Amino acid sequence: MPNLLRLATAGSVDDGKSTLIGRLLFDSKTIFADQLAAIERASRDRGEDYPNLALLTDGLRAEREQGITIDVAYRYFATPRRKFIIADTPGHIQYTRNMVTGASTADLALILLDARNAIADQSRRHAFLATLLGIPHLVVCVNKMDLVGWSRDRFEEIREEFRRFSMKLAVPDLTFVPVSALHGDNIVHRSASMPWYEGTSLLHHLEEVHISSDRNLIDARFPVQYVIRHKDFRGYAGTVAGGVFKPGDEVLVLPSGFTTTVSAIWGPGGRPVTEAFPPQAVTLRLADDLDVGRGDLICRPNNRPHVGQDVDAMVCWLTERGNLSPDAKYTVVNTTRTTKAVVTSLDYRMDITTLHRDETAESLALNEIGRVKLRTQQPLLFDAYRRNRACGSFILVDETTNNTVAAGMITGPSQSVVWHSTAVGRAERGSTGCTVWLTGLSASGKSTIAVELERRLVAAGRPAYLLDGDNLRHGLNADLGFSAADRAENVRRVGEVARLFADAGLVAVVSLISPYQADRDRVRAAHEQAGLGFFEVFVDTPIETCEARDPKGMYARARAGEITGFTGVDDPYEPPVAPELVLRPEQGDPARMAALVIAALDRMPLPRMD
Amino acid sequence: MATTYELSDLRALEAESVHVMREVAATFERPVLLFSGGKDSVVMLHLAAKAFWPAPPPFPVMHVDTGHNFDEVIQFRDHTVETTGVRLIVSSVQDDIDAGRVVDETGPRASRNRLQTTALLRAINENRFDAVFGGARRDEEKARAKERVFSFRDEFGQWDPRNQRPELWNLYNGRHRRGEHIRVFPLSNWTELDIWHYIRDEGIQLPPIYYAHRRKVFQRDGMLLAHTRFVTLLPDEEPFDATVRFRTVGDATCTGCVESTARTPEEVVAEVAATRVTERGATRADDRISEAGMEDRKKEGYF
Repeated sequence: MPNLLRLATAGSVDDGKSTLIGRLLFDSKTIFADQLAAIERASRDRGEDYPNLALLTDGLRAEREQGITIDVAYRYFATPRRKFIIADTPGHIQYTRNMVTGASTADLALILLDARNAIADQSRRHAFLATLLGIPHLVVCVNKMDLVGWSRDRFEEIREEFRRFSMKLAVPDLTFVPVSALHGDNIVHRSASMPWYEGTSLLHHLEEVHISSDRNLIDARFPVQYVIRHKDFRGYAGTVAGGVFKPGDEVLVLPSGFTTTVSAIWGPGGRPVTEAFPPQAVTLRLADDLDVGRGDLICRPNNRPHVGQDVDAMVCWLTERGNLSPDAKYTVVNTTRTTKAVVTSLDYRMDITTLHRDETAESLALNEIGRVKLRTQQPLLFDAYRRNRACGSFILVDETTNNTVAAGMITGPSQSVVWHSTAVGRAERGSTGCTVWLTGLSASGKSTIAVELERRLVAAGRPAYLLDGDNLRHGLNADLGFSAADRAENVRRVGEVARLFADAGLVAVVSLISPYQADRDRVRAAHEQAGLGFFEVFVDTPIETCEARDPKGMYARARAGEITGFTGVDDPYEPPVAPELVLRPEQGDPARMAALVIAALDRMPLPRMD
Repeated sequence: MATTYELSDLRALEAESVHVMREVAATFERPVLLFSGGKDSVVMLHLAAKAFWPAPPPFPVMHVDTGHNFDEVIQFRDHTVETTGVRLIVSSVQDDIDAGRVVDETGPRASRNRLQTTALLRAINENRFDAVFGGARRDEEKARAKERVFSFRDEFGQWDPRNQRPELWNLYNGRHRRGEHIRVFPLSNWTELDIWHYIRDEGIQLPPIYYAHRRKVFQRDGMLLAHTRFVTLLPDEEPFDATVRFRTVGDATCTGCVESTARTPEEVVAEVAATRVTERGATRADDRISEAGMEDRKKEGYF
């Protein structure tokens, strides 16, 4: 059964992106004879002696005249295995909004590097935007290999450079392909010029990459879109945004809080559906006659989205007419819910090239990205974007011009979550929680492993949540420094949060340097006392390796004496005495290490509560 | 039963189209669906019937009638209206000509294609439609490849390609002031081959001219045009009998046909999968005006 893959590309004229897409269409025989004839004619008119495949993708008159791509263009091609939708966008920083638009629905992002050059700022931005927009798969095409003599060394060099940079980003799946878009090498067929390359061609990879586990099939979410009434019939129509719904399921309707049962589910045209999952468009009938309308959300009673009027979000500003500024009011659209919102604060503006956070910023202009706090008039029913793109995304609409002015990705509720569920015992929760504690030096790879671990656990149906030491220092531990006392307090707090999460039935995945044995032992004791599993993983990467990676330049600064008290340089790291698992670089890449953790977790006896 | 929770490409496209149609029904006051009897509009109506099941689609359909129709298509249109119970509105180009709002082109190459824009915009104003479903697909033409699913039209019905609203995720912004409207394209992501696969799989009925049949045709500008009562032959044009089918259906004076033996949806799927010419390149004289032909007409308010 062929399925659908949506991919986003970004790039400019010189990096050969249009040529690459033209080549994919051309070599997969998607370009039609009349299109090709038109391109040949146009190329001749421009004095080019080969059919300029870039002309295929530059659809608007202004683009053809100016030789630039100014908007998102959608292209289609199909192979017997898959249908592909390409959202093709220009790459310059002034088109960030177009890239964000194209990336919003993509399963996979294609990034082009020029094999002759160092990684361009533009490519770093594309990678950042792809991860910001939650695209699960990233394919880096190292293009123009013909101009570097098909050099394996050059390919590996550039790959390492990109890997080092991408450590800063949470890229769940990263693949590199050496190509020549102009000549077609490794686009559709394996190249004879690069026998050393052992991977597959780009098209083959696009056909094979596994995307069905990217969707959230855990958290059942059904935003009611439209109520269908006909004679005695009353059904709730909408698109499943997460999880799986079955007839007979007990469900909760938000925000009213009533529970009822799904009595029937139909697909379009009244086709009976036994299991409804994203992105199916279905109609639900509920057993009880409740007052349910557009903007309400149907979920399971023991797995609810956040309900709140205060959210933290990353936003990209999309318009040149006016800036985003605190206290401005907008219409906000999140799933099928529309309400009004005010930006209560701008926490920082992000430089999307350096990833520097400017906390003094007072507004966001066109193409700028920053973190805001939003207060809405009606509560939103949402999940964090990284957990569910459909429930964590929103747009802001200007109330005077009706234009879409911002794209937003919710990072979480602004205020502490209200805990509803004191009446629910641990045994009544859907799953048993525990804590996986990754300890190791800075740049040892903890976070990358943790990200992959969380993704795999969720994909396998185990609720998991990543607690990343760096990230927590922005909120929970923002008041702490790096003295021994502050480090101890840092570990204690993260340990407490992990214990609560484990108690709530989640696998808490902690990524924290946590250099001192005594601090870690206290967290372990707290877990044991509560009858919860504590799984210590020592990421045993030698300091030389960490220092060579040094993605944030911290080791260099520590060696230069710019920062003091840096673990491994002038502050000790105490390796765990009896960790449950030790991971060393020779055991494989982060994905392999995450798999090792899961295998070891599965062997661990579950703690009992009697 | 082990399930992978995967949707086929066609079911994914169907779900997206249904989502778009429900979004319009939920957020607009007076939607209308453009229905010409062409295959894309037939598929669109089929999807509308499925989206609101068991209720009928909560909007009427409208035919912008150039007066130069294939008889089979008008019969099909009227039959569809009768069997589905949808309300049909006809906006006639002839009315605009009779009222002096537009001037009919003359000569053997005369076409009423451009005149449709006036009839369409007039009907949108008269009926105060705020959302207009069109069957355009992004694979048809390069200007359409850039158009939004919810495409804003100002009070003159015009499209500004340089100033389109960003469209992210499946969050559509249909906000507008009185007099403005939104063109909605639920089939944006379908290709010609997807349409035919769907027609085949769903058993959707089409006007018979989509399948191979004998008719009198003549050659003009490298295309085969039907010899109907609406065309005047040029001196060197000689009608002849051929076995043909139409890939698109529009004004009878400028819609070409292709030689074909495909008599069933299955045979058309095989033919379309093997063809090397786009459907508009093969059969639409109206799109050959210039490299930016479609973009210019769209800006004026064309479909």
